Amino acid sequence: MSKRIICLIGRRLATAALLLFIVAAATFALIHSAPGGPFSADRAVSAEVEAALNAQYQLDKPLASQFASYMSNAVKGDFGPSFRYPGREVSELIAAGLPATLELALYALLLALLVGVSVGAIAASRPGSLRDQLPMAVALLGICLPAFVLGPVLALTFGIYWEWLPVSGWGELRGDKVLPTVTLAAGYCAYIARLTRAGLRQQLEQPFIVTARSKGLREPAVILKHALRGALLPVIAYLGPACAGLIAGSFVVETIFQIPGIGRFYIQAAFNRDYTLIMGLTLFFAALIIFFNLLADLAALWLDPRQREGV
Amino acid sequence: MAIWRGFGGRILLMLLATLSLISCSPSERRVDSGTEQGILHWGNASEPQSLDPHIANGVPEQKIMSALWEGLVGKHPKTLEPIPAGASHWQISPDGRHYRFYLQRNARWSNGDPVTASDYHWAWWRALQPSLGNPFAEMLFVIAGARDYWRGDISDFSQVGVTVVDNYTLDVELAHPTEHFLQLLDMPTLFPLHRASIELHGSATARASRWIYPGNLVGNGPFQLDDWQINRRIRVTKNRHYWDAKQVALNQIIFYPTENITTEERLFRAGQLHYSYDVPVNKLGYYQAERPQQLSIAPYLGTYFYRFNTRKPELADPRVRLALAKAVDRRQLTERVLRAGQLPAYAMTPPNTAGYFPPSAAEQQLAFDPAAARQLLADAGYPNGAGLGVLEILYNTQEEHRKVAVAIQQMWKTHLNIDTTLHNQEWKVYLDTERRGDYHITRASWIGDYLDGRNFLEIWLCDSDNNRTGWCDPEYDRLLLDELPAVSDKAKRHQIMRRAEQRLLDGLPLLPIYTYTSKHLVHPDLRGFYPNLLNQPLFKALGLQREPTTADE
Repeated sequence: MSKRIICLIGRRLATAALLLFIVAAATFALIHSAPGGPFSADRAVSAEVEAALNAQYQLDKPLASQFASYMSNAVKGDFGPSFRYPGREVSELIAAGLPATLELALYALLLALLVGVSVGAIAASRPGSLRDQLPMAVALLGICLPAFVLGPVLALTFGIYWEWLPVSGWGELRGDKVLPTVTLAAGYCAYIARLTRAGLRQQLEQPFIVTARSKGLREPAVILKHALRGALLPVIAYLGPACAGLIAGSFVVETIFQIPGIGRFYIQAAFNRDYTLIMGLTLFFAALIIFFNLLADLAALWLDPRQREGV
Repeated sequence: MAIWRGFGGRILLMLLATLSLISCSPSERRVDSGTEQGILHWGNASEPQSLDPHIANGVPEQKIMSALWEGLVGKHPKTLEPIPAGASHWQISPDGRHYRFYLQRNARWSNGDPVTASDYHWAWWRALQPSLGNPFAEMLFVIAGARDYWRGDISDFSQVGVTVVDNYTLDVELAHPTEHFLQLLDMPTLFPLHRASIELHGSATARASRWIYPGNLVGNGPFQLDDWQINRRIRVTKNRHYWDAKQVALNQIIFYPTENITTEERLFRAGQLHYSYDVPVNKLGYYQAERPQQLSIAPYLGTYFYRFNTRKPELADPRVRLALAKAVDRRQLTERVLRAGQLPAYAMTPPNTAGYFPPSAAEQQLAFDPAAARQLLADAGYPNGAGLGVLEILYNTQEEHRKVAVAIQQMWKTHLNIDTTLHNQEWKVYLDTERRGDYHITRASWIGDYLDGRNFLEIWLCDSDNNRTGWCDPEYDRLLLDELPAVSDKAKRHQIMRRAEQRLLDGLPLLPIYTYTSKHLVHPDLRGFYPNLLNQPLFKALGLQREPTTADE
């Protein structure tokens, strides 16, 4: 069995490499076809300067050879120098922004899981009652409310009117991680709550639950010990894309709360036509998404014996 | 209530308890502790591209560099008059072409080395190396031989008019008398540089060098670079070797890359910034009404205008361009749409640019006059707009530009019966379209580098890369390139500039709209801050002191 899992991982990794190559080629083609270049500015630079700069960054070579030299370096882990920030390597910029982005995503994921699963469980335990309908209505609102609305609303309420929490930063002032985490987690939290509720409702109707109840087990024990494991399968399957989304999607939250993460770099890099930084970040995000999807699949295999049969 | 019982209820209670724990104490206000400790929290718009004075070209970078370095001559923060900086005094020859600078004897680099005339000489040599891609190299072209050296026509830097007389004396020979030369000296591209520390980290002319990072960077300014966390903050600390350190009141300045101005305004309101880089237009009303003492709005040396593409047949006739200009009610735009004290503009150069005023007839010439505009349009063969077709206004995507364009679109429709479409593009796409000349009318602006009308007129020279309209007037070029450099008398210079500007307004490749204002939120604790035309603070003159009456709300 474990051999089969290793085979599966191997196959997935091979597809991943091909996928990354396609992503790289498509991104390269797209950014070079976008008008404007890294050195265009409102205040025109003289032709001599532009030529010198293009030569320095090998932008005067044919596109195919630029791509080939980029890929051969990237395979060795060298993503080149940033065009926008002379003296900085792309890998250095990613490394500078990654801790904040990862930390934010991790906290948001934990919060989303904790609140989402709890609320889902509460809602599922008394379907149709107020404690089902109220949290589910809030969850629907959470899914609908985008971060760029929720973030400022939270910042204004808790940061400016009540002055309880800082409205910006990451790890600088006490409590500054709370609002960004809540903002990022909200949508995921709501989605997980709905998934958990649906999963639990289905599980609670199974014969083994009826047996457990008839033996006199109390409802919390029934949910925690018996029903939840099966009910969480859809949640686990959702975690792969959720993780990738939390990391890649944190750029809105990073901008609202002035968090020095890689999401902010991504936006700036696109506006600045910082070709190497865009390439590096796109490949990085693509690799992350592939990795988390693989991880979610493996977790599902571990939790659900039925799926193992198919491998 | 039933909802609080059981397992789920307990978890909810725990969460609420945690939240209330966090919220027991009010959050820290950085400005309060900052004022006590002499730490200025400064909103600075964006992550600096570089802190190399020969590479960085943005205003945010320029602010940080002006804290880390100092040129030969500075500017008074209130009047912008030249004040001693790296040089204690200077002499100017009667013909206005020879300058002798006497350096501060006790000036030191942040590592303790003395600042000498060679440091300026070497830095100016570096500024003129094309491989660095210095966007402001042209600022040095007023120095004799600098332009030829840059172009490679001469290869020997000793032929450029910069001479080290001794350690503390520097001679500069200009190509022609230049009234604004002293003003250029506090631009980063003319700062002195510490050669040894730059060469320690690689070639002097390499763009990708690490000499600009904390621990490596050696400057001669009132502050030194202490910490640089990408996208988070840049911290500079008082430089104890600075020759005038006794006058420097602040201990530290922290620059924050606040690229989102809505977020920046929230930071200011939450007590995290002493100074904001900008103010969102929709917040101006609130501050004007509720906290006028925290809002600083001042005239700024910049013109907001539209370029007319004179190569397009619809706009080739100057009468059509004048008709379009006269159908724009600028007062309504500035007072109803923009509402931040902008001045309606009727010429390219902002009024009173170092004593220069645009031709007095300009306002009358371009004044809002729908009847005259219609007549002009009819004279050009388009009575009531018939036959002109649809014009397009191109602007880079931004709410303020959209509002102006919508208003002008409406005015042209109402007064001239001309249909206009609006087209917005992302910044670099817009720049590309404009360069290629693939437009009818584009939004544009020009911010002065120094206080001199020439800076605004130069961009309309025939072969200027910033012209982009296809308009070319040999007489205009002759006035600016031949006649103007030959005179040094202020009144005569202004007269020549006025003649040139009149030709520009007669040709009208542009539609002047308004003169900029700079907008900032300024905490009452900040002392020594004066809004000036160049929007340029003098960090060594800033201080922080608790304001007992109006500190908070």
